[in-house]
Amino acid sequence: MSAQGRETRAGTAVSPGATFIEFENASITYGRGARAVEALAPTTLRIAEGDFVALVGPSGCGKSTILKMVGELLKPSTGHVFVSGREIGAKPIRIGMAYQNPTLLPWLNIRDNVMLPLKIVPPFRQEFRSKRKGEFRDRVDAMLTQVGLAGFGEKYPFQLSGGMMQRANLCRALIHEPDLLLLDEPFGALDQFTREELWAIMQDLWLSKKLTVLLVTHDLREAAYLANRICVMSSRPGRILDDQIVELSRPRNIDMTFQPDFVALNQRLRALIVGARGGTGIVNHAPGTA
Amino acid sequence: MERIVEIIREKGASTALIIGFFVFWELFCLMGNISDILLPRPTQIIAALIKFWPAIWPHTYQTLYTTLVGFSIGVAIGLALGVLIGSSKLAYDTAYPLLVGFSSIPKVAVVPIFVLWYGAGTVPAILTAMIICIFPIVVNVATGIATVEPELEDVMKTLKASKLDILWNVSLPRSMPYFFAALKVAITLAFVGSVVAETVASNRGIGNMMMIASSSFNVPLVFAGLFVLAGLGVALYVLFSLIEYRVTGWAHRKTDLAAS
Repeated sequence: MSAQGRETRAGTAVSPGATFIEFENASITYGRGARAVEALAPTTLRIAEGDFVALVGPSGCGKSTILKMVGELLKPSTGHVFVSGREIGAKPIRIGMAYQNPTLLPWLNIRDNVMLPLKIVPPFRQEFRSKRKGEFRDRVDAMLTQVGLAGFGEKYPFQLSGGMMQRANLCRALIHEPDLLLLDEPFGALDQFTREELWAIMQDLWLSKKLTVLLVTHDLREAAYLANRICVMSSRPGRILDDQIVELSRPRNIDMTFQPDFVALNQRLRALIVGARGGTGIVNHAPGTA
Repeated sequence: MERIVEIIREKGASTALIIGFFVFWELFCLMGNISDILLPRPTQIIAALIKFWPAIWPHTYQTLYTTLVGFSIGVAIGLALGVLIGSSKLAYDTAYPLLVGFSSIPKVAVVPIFVLWYGAGTVPAILTAMIICIFPIVVNVATGIATVEPELEDVMKTLKASKLDILWNVSLPRSMPYFFAALKVAITLAFVGSVVAETVASNRGIGNMMMIASSSFNVPLVFAGLFVLAGLGVALYVLFSLIEYRVTGWAHRKTDLAAS
């Protein structure tokens, strides 16, 4: 259909479904007249149902803008954004969202924090009073176990480390069984090892739940590890420069990130972004790469 | 037992300072041979307190009553206004200048107006106590609500949470530490309000009692009135501190919170 709307040939785990998210010449302009800033140039983008797409690019290139448009937090200035075949706002689909800042509520324990979406999103909302001590509680505990937080339900956020809070944040984003998960640099503030651990958890969650994920990240390794497809963006105005399919088999593991094809992909992405930043184009070649 | 020892150690210095202050006062008056018309000794004040207690009690009750009623109404109005102003940029920009204008009026100056409207007595005291505690509560609650993390708001919005959902689940609980900080300020201010009103226009209340006592040169009784006011103020301050500790312990990272 469009240049960017390439069919996704996902690896082994997921067969691409129908188009789930569609940008039709959607753009965002802040301000008016002479002071107008085009944050996102008219963009056409199709994302298949069940796909895992990463958006990478220099700061201020509109990665988060795209995420917010999909999450209906921003309306396109021109063009249209369709989610699940309908224009945004027509039919509610369930969305989960996680930012770098875990934003857990400090007055609730971890279990109640994770339960928050069930209190708000229908149809859970209507059953919340009757099920909060039973079914929902079990569901939250199962989810916490899945991310390695078994037994931490009664703890308060300040008693947890940054990595644990981010795990709980992921649980909160997924507890209401969303069709779509929006992640804005969720692992950005974590140390390398915790981050890699959470990549594996994220991959497991995605493989088990078959939901569509849109991930904004600065970390190219993270994008290549997690995503089926990577969109590289450039700034001023924000636009999609390149659209890469990640042809690595699932489940992926950390060892694979040191393989030549993975490193080569990383370097390709890196060169694109350095170019997009208007930098020198110098890419540091690590020894032992293809 | 260990906990009691710990509390004694923690509170020891402040207790010693309070006792020391009164001992110094007592000795200062005795040594300087200061007349009790100028500055009565603490022992004389306590004696007056005991001697006149049957007369003091109705006034104490009256002051406590007007303060608490005024405070409660003020808190309710302040909380409502704070929520309104904090949750809407438009309401904030519109109402804030007027609010600042109102708050900068010395509250003592409005007592004669209340007296004009309602006559001397209970109502002006209640209204003065009320009006004096609205502003700190509005400002604090509005701040707490307006400073919710934008990321958290985004998360709530993508869950299709209504404004009321966000207010009830996020903004209000989040503003509670600010609210309680304001309550502690407001309760002491409410006493100021009602006592001032009683002093100007009332035939009951501690303020009125002190006016009458001073005009008949019963200075120990004037000071006894001060002691009663200080006692009430401290008691209510402590009460709100305890409630605050229970309700918003999370904000102070209370470690026994998880256990309780």
